[in-house]
Amino acid sequence: MSRKEVRIGGFGGQGIILAGFILGKAVAIYEKKEAVQTQSYGPEARGGSCLADVIISDEDINYPMGTVPDVLVLMSQDAFNENHDKIADDAILIVDEDLVDASAFRKKNKVFKAPATRIAEELGKKIVANIVMLGFLAAVADVVSHDAMKKAILDSVPKGTEDLNLEAFEKGYEHGKNSVAN
Amino acid sequence: MKAVLTGRHFMLGDIACAEGAMAAGCNFFGGYPITPATETAERMALRLPQVGGHYIQMEDEIGSLAAVLGASCAGAKAMTATSGPGFSLMQENIGLGIVTETPCVIVNVQRGGPSTGLPTLAGQADMMQAKWGSHGDYEAIAYVPNSCQEMFDFTIKAFNTAEKYRQPVFVMADEIIGHMTERVVIPGPKKIKLVSRKRPKGKKNYLPFKPDKDLIPPMALAGEGHAIHVTGLTHDARGYPVIDEETQHEMVTRLIEKIRRNAPKIWEFEEVMTEDADIVVVSYGAASRSAGRAVNIARKEGIKAGLMRLITAWPFPEKRIKELAESAKAFVVPEINMGQISREVERFASGRVLSVTHAGGGMLSPEAVLQKIKEVAK
Repeated sequence: MSRKEVRIGGFGGQGIILAGFILGKAVAIYEKKEAVQTQSYGPEARGGSCLADVIISDEDINYPMGTVPDVLVLMSQDAFNENHDKIADDAILIVDEDLVDASAFRKKNKVFKAPATRIAEELGKKIVANIVMLGFLAAVADVVSHDAMKKAILDSVPKGTEDLNLEAFEKGYEHGKNSVAN
Repeated sequence: MKAVLTGRHFMLGDIACAEGAMAAGCNFFGGYPITPATETAERMALRLPQVGGHYIQMEDEIGSLAAVLGASCAGAKAMTATSGPGFSLMQENIGLGIVTETPCVIVNVQRGGPSTGLPTLAGQADMMQAKWGSHGDYEAIAYVPNSCQEMFDFTIKAFNTAEKYRQPVFVMADEIIGHMTERVVIPGPKKIKLVSRKRPKGKKNYLPFKPDKDLIPPMALAGEGHAIHVTGLTHDARGYPVIDEETQHEMVTRLIEKIRRNAPKIWEFEEVMTEDADIVVVSYGAASRSAGRAVNIARKEGIKAGLMRLITAWPFPEKRIKELAESAKAFVVPEINMGQISREVERFASGRVLSVTHAGGGMLSPEAVLQKIKEVAK
């Protein structure tokens, strides 16, 4: 696989940057590939818009910044409004369907609608929506394996929350597999 | 908890810098948190108490470096981490560290300036400040990492060089490298080579600023029984102030010569495809990653371009620039400033030197570098 770029966007507090970190870790530590993760966000601790970029490649990565994403994951309306048209022609777009109205999206790209936040709420903790989304991403985008992502989640989440996070991941993965099949 | 976190990590650049310090045996951090270097301070605040070290948050950056120098005089391996505005405040005590020959490491995760500038966005415009920022004549030593792995590796190098030559050493990182996350491989403690400052042999006839043949005086630690006097004033071998021309000449000449004579041992760089290069791109830090990409694309398009990437900006590897200038038609120097290291290249390259500038606030693009390479190749 040559260079692929994943961009995850949302608002501060959703764990967007942690999601980017976990994806990068899955690739750089648990697969034989290179990864660089960068982020941008405003000065607010919570609520401001934020983006995480993950570059994935079989080769050394010179230029570390995101350019045009091949996989775009958007978890807020602001992130959608600012980013949905900056996308490669063969890229896939994933949105959290309860937080993003994607009707303004006019391109022909494949669009996946993932109820990540709703699934997280059903699990009793809205804050694991980012992990549900990582499960969905692993299932629908050809950038990381199920097992590598699972390992990276396990050693990135706080002690005592492993079971909840794994359940969130598996639910998201399952939902993603079903979306691909349909 | 261990001082050396042996293993494979996916780690933020600033944190890799802190872990490099831990692996180098750093046991004192005096600092004042500032974006984009805060994560280094935070990590040291967490890690140092785990291994019996000390973290002190000072009232400002002037106090921070004063604390670091004091700790080092008492035998600690000491450091601080800051960014532009803090680096400006540290300049006075950098001079004190130079003249008292006190080893320490000063990390500057560069952001956009001048003044408060761009707290969260990148710059590389403190490169000349690292060379000339404190008043008076002295020679600077500065490492310029371009990856998270190098944030770890070069912080260890900085400690070793500081200990060996007895002077403050800079790690001139930037916001892009400090705030990116990549794989960092930390070796076992036995595989990490550490250098410690030279110490006096015996207690008789010790003069704290009397150098050996290598121009470096052995360093006694405060409180271990030697009569020592440390001052920012021009001083003789006893360390006592002597305000005259001869002593000034002797002291300043030695401080400069101890670095200049050893410069070929200190300077480091890496070359990619320079053997037959018509165009040599000289770059460092974040900008060098765009430079690397531009050189690769240029080669694919049949242009003989090569990359000389600086590992130390100071001392500047002037000898190698002179050698490359014998066969290269031109040098291209991309950096996230308005042309600082490019002036240094000009001093030693007989051919054309073209600067690729960026005012800061973002990454210099590979396209900008490629365009300049193509311009020169015509």
